[in-house]
Amino acid sequence: MDKMKLPFLIKKGAEASLYLAEWHGKKVIMKKRLPKKYRPSELDKQIRVYRTIHEPQLMHEAKKAGVPTPTIFLVDVKKTTIIMGFIGGTQIKQLLGKTVKSKRQSLCLKIGELIGKLHAHGIIHGDLTTSNMIVDNEGKIFLVDFGLGEKTKELEPRGVDLHLMKRALQSTHFRFAEECFNAVIEGYSKVLDVKTVKSILDKIKEIERRGRYIAERKDDWDD
Amino acid sequence: MKRENAGGFYCLGIESTADDFSVGVATFGGKILANVINAYMPEEGGIHPREAARHHAEVAGKVLEEAFTKTGIKPESLSIIAFSQGPGLGPCLRTGATVARALSSYLNVPLVGVNHCVAHIEIGKMKTRAGDPITLYVSGGNTIVSAFDSGRYRVFGETLDIALGNCLDVFAREAGLRQKVGMPFGAVVEKLAAKGKKLVPLPYTVKGMNTSFSGLLTATVNLLKKREHTLEDLSYSLQETAFSMVTEVTERALAHTEKKEVLLTGGVAANKRLQSMIRAIAEEHNVRFCVVPSEFAIDNGAMIAWTGVLAYKYAMVTPIDKSFVKLKWRLEEVEIPWIK
Ligand SMILES: Nc1ncnc2c1ncn2[C@@H]1O[C@H](COP(=O)(O)OP(=O)(O)OP(=O)(O)O)[C@@H](O)[C@H]1O
Ligand SMILES: Nc1ncnc2c1ncn2[C@@H]1O[C@H](COP(=O)(O)OP(=O)(O)O)[C@@H](O)[C@H]1O
Ligand SMILES: [Mg+2]
Repeated sequence: MDKMKLPFLIKKGAEASLYLAEWHGKKVIMKKRLPKKYRPSELDKQIRVYRTIHEPQLMHEAKKAGVPTPTIFLVDVKKTTIIMGFIGGTQIKQLLGKTVKSKRQSLCLKIGELIGKLHAHGIIHGDLTTSNMIVDNEGKIFLVDFGLGEKTKELEPRGVDLHLMKRALQSTHFRFAEECFNAVIEGYSKVLDVKTVKSILDKIKEIERRGRYIAERKDDWDD
Repeated sequence: MKRENAGGFYCLGIESTADDFSVGVATFGGKILANVINAYMPEEGGIHPREAARHHAEVAGKVLEEAFTKTGIKPESLSIIAFSQGPGLGPCLRTGATVARALSSYLNVPLVGVNHCVAHIEIGKMKTRAGDPITLYVSGGNTIVSAFDSGRYRVFGETLDIALGNCLDVFAREAGLRQKVGMPFGAVVEKLAAKGKKLVPLPYTVKGMNTSFSGLLTATVNLLKKREHTLEDLSYSLQETAFSMVTEVTERALAHTEKKEVLLTGGVAANKRLQSMIRAIAEEHNVRFCVVPSEFAIDNGAMIAWTGVLAYKYAMVTPIDKSFVKLKWRLEEVEIPWIK
């Protein structure tokens, strides 16, 4: 981690602190997972080490699947730190509220395609929120924050991944959550075949029924 | 309304979503005059909704009477009847709703149907003077991270399967532990966990701002059956793992929303270890830590009464023909006009 110039904190997230720095002449992000005092230190260490190893692997896999992710330059497991390329741009979270409907639609369509590509290649993102998506100056969407992801082609985790995308839209972008999610599914459907998409959509419905996500349709008087 | 002027404005609240039947009385100004809780505690197994409902029907008269005795007010002095309309177990909810409807029509006062999750948040806010917190609501039936935004409590994260309290309760039952009044399963596990020393590795599942406890529960119960670890160590490990998960998602929500307070509410909020974890993230982010007093942590009528007052001030009354119970009434479906 030598030759690091001017690291300065750009974001103190819940899980990690992100520093912007210069490294061998490149603008980089240094993502450092800091110890959490609330949990036992052995558990804490285990979680941080696992995610530090796991995240770059999944980012690399995602890139191979055609999903833009930052390039990984260095992984320091001991310091639970990852050095990756800096993506200059804006979070989707900031963009969605400020843009017109047609632009929102096209962004969400593109996001759906990216999620589709991940899933088609057996990658689950694990934290699909609009703050983990960055649009660069050329309009290319990058996905970040793969620490909670996993590698699987099973239906259940795919359903959960999309369900969480929907939930994130509902809590943070409640004014246009539905149109956005519909566009996401439209984009998703471009990548995966009709049958798979259908079974994943059924899975999402099942997840919603299973949890406390849907109000009873009929009035509930007595049995 | 005449009674508002005559010596006070009282709201009686009935809570019966699950295993507790409770009646509370709150004043317009937010004083809690009574909070009588009668818990249904089956000897064996979990809650049987019908059995619990029968218990509620049996004790309803007694609990009401005790509440009136405590407050010293007559039924005729009540200005509103509030009841928990959902979410919860059908038979239990219906029992409470029936009592509420009867009282409301007998006394000829308005009925106010209250969302149970909103009530857990509102009583926490009132008792701790929190204004606009991120709330971690953890109980036997719910695990929700929420905050107010544009007219509603938005849900940022929740459990994808069972609730945290349920996870602790099932573990306790599988371990053959017993609960009693004033010492629910969660508290029994807490006591054992305090004596645990070794952290046994268990599945830790966090997805974004959401948690999942079913895998953790299964793994812990399997280890229990193998008898390789002491019950104290398993209780400790289960608590540490499960509480770390909810604390992690709460911290995420805190960072995401940048709220200045964090409120812990619901039955599991009584747990000292969980309190210390949430306090730690509050300190880390320089925000105020608030925890609901334990009397108001578990399901209670006072929270329903108080939320009834808030709703009534905004004319949110529930006509009898709209007073059907809502088993899956979600927190974010409720409009909250009393917060600006
Ligand atoms: N000290 C404690 N530590 C952990 N859990 C506790 C403690 N005391 C109570 N609990 C748990 O709290 C839960 C009861 O909570 P509460 O009465 O708020 O809600 P509930 O009826 O289970 O569900 P809901 O609010 O979702 O309708 C039980 O799971 C119980 O074990
Ligand atoms: N390589 C990167 N280039 C530019 N910005 C980034 C990069 N990685 C992350 N970010 C920004 O920092 C924020 C936090 O990073 P993230 O990896 O999501 O950590 P956390 O787990 O704390 O959310 C992201 O929402 C994103 O806006
Ligand atoms: Mg992130």
